[in-house]
Amino acid sequence: MRWIVALVLAAALPLVAGEYYINLASQIVIFAVFAASINLLLGYGGLPTLGHAAYLGVGAYVSALLQLKLHYANWLAAPIAVAATTAMGCAFGLIALRATGLGFLMLTLALSQVLWGTAYRWVSMTDGDNGLRGLARPTPFGLDLNQAMPFYYFALIIGVLSIWMMARFVASPFGVTLKGARDQPRRMSALGYDVWLIRWITFIYASFWGAVSGLLFVYYHKYIHPVSLSLANSAEGLLAVIAGGSGTLAGPLVGAAIVLLLKNWVSAYIERWNMLLGFVFVLIVVFMPEGVVPGFHRLWKRFVSKT
Amino acid sequence: MRIANLTHGALFMLGAYIGVSVMRYIPNLWVAALVAGLAVAAFGGLLERLILRKLGGNVFGQVLVTLGVSFIIADACLLGWGGDPIPIQTPAILQAPVRMAGFVFPAYRLAVVVIAVVVAILLYLLMERTRLGAMIRAGVDDPQMASAVGIPVSRLFTTVFCLGAALAGAGGVIGGPIMSAYPGLDADMLPLALIVVILGGVGSLLGAFAGAFITGFVYTFGVALLPDLAYVILFLPMILVIAFRPRGLFGKFAA
Repeated sequence: MRWIVALVLAAALPLVAGEYYINLASQIVIFAVFAASINLLLGYGGLPTLGHAAYLGVGAYVSALLQLKLHYANWLAAPIAVAATTAMGCAFGLIALRATGLGFLMLTLALSQVLWGTAYRWVSMTDGDNGLRGLARPTPFGLDLNQAMPFYYFALIIGVLSIWMMARFVASPFGVTLKGARDQPRRMSALGYDVWLIRWITFIYASFWGAVSGLLFVYYHKYIHPVSLSLANSAEGLLAVIAGGSGTLAGPLVGAAIVLLLKNWVSAYIERWNMLLGFVFVLIVVFMPEGVVPGFHRLWKRFVSKT
Repeated sequence: MRIANLTHGALFMLGAYIGVSVMRYIPNLWVAALVAGLAVAAFGGLLERLILRKLGGNVFGQVLVTLGVSFIIADACLLGWGGDPIPIQTPAILQAPVRMAGFVFPAYRLAVVVIAVVVAILLYLLMERTRLGAMIRAGVDDPQMASAVGIPVSRLFTTVFCLGAALAGAGGVIGGPIMSAYPGLDADMLPLALIVVILGGVGSLLGAFAGAFITGFVYTFGVALLPDLAYVILFLPMILVIAFRPRGLFGKFAA
């Protein structure tokens, strides 16, 4: 019920909001898909990833390169980009899942930093610090998405579909085994589940949706820069998940909205976004480790039980 | 110490920038390295006392806080020293190249190698051969038992953290003449440091040294032979080690 209300509100937004806010909403939807895919690993799998920007960035870069270098159309480039990124996720998962916990975090970080460094230095391919320009948005069924409103609906449809698919994934019997592997890995393997395989499949699934968010990202900006692969981008996604509440469905969505609103609002006044990001990180970890959504949930329950 | 510290790249950069400022007044690299080391150590001590200590065994929280702090440091450096790379002068004595066995080496780089070896040996002696080192190792392995037998674990940990920060800060200055100080130095150093530690194994000095050696070699040859893809080559030894020996070359336990 709450979800339907949220969806109706999201769909009605362009009727009341101006172009600036419609664009901002598109960015929030894209970022929410990205954060939700991190949440699959962090919240449901108990695997702290600090390199998820790799999938967003590679998905976006592959799509952009196919378009620019090989002149592929978007409808052809998109599935190739997603497939390539997911294949990369398979390989990265094999490496990163040799460890759990802190080791996993360091491995994912190292892998994504390698990609970031490559995107910066492989100038003949990625044009380094200049980024790739001159990209076009797709035209599904001949619709022109260059205006803010059509693109918002396009992003919203894909975003809702992605998040619904991820919610189905978590609620499925497989998702239950995933949560089991998070909470009691030893007991799960004693019960005959292959904990490693469960984590690997989740890793691949998360990289798939990371790639989808990367496609939306590159369609929105029509531009891609190595900064999308950077640690700061992974960290922003992680912050969104933790701020909203990891391991909840609504958490990453709320967190994505908070982070992007903060970012847009703040950068209108001062340029020190990274510093603020750092402070928000410290404050959230020290004062609100559980996140906004579980926090409000608790308050709401207390309020309901009182009345 | 089993503290996930992601500020190390940023501390390295902070050290380099502090070195730049010190050298404006006292144009001596070694003094600058000393001052930067002390300043960064003080900062590290505060960080450990005021924030990391509160998070106890919450590894994930520590990661996020140190990540946040490293963003703050990086941005503060950008604010304080501007966005242009600042070169650090090589000391005059070490500017001339050195001839050895028919090869020519830049003297400063040789000096850096010597310093690194000396620091590594000193650290090894400190950790493995002194009473203090034994106390630190005991504190890491079993903090409760260690404090029960009267080891001031809390103070020791702050000291170790300061020492680590000091090395990072001084390292930033000493690396300065080779790399200079620029925004993004932290992000460039972090993967190198992580790969070194993953390669060599967590909690092993020998491992860190071996890892640094391999990474340095691979990176240098990678830059020379395939400059575009040096970063990809950098990560090959890591894959090999992780695939066959997840704990790293000399690690005592899996990362």
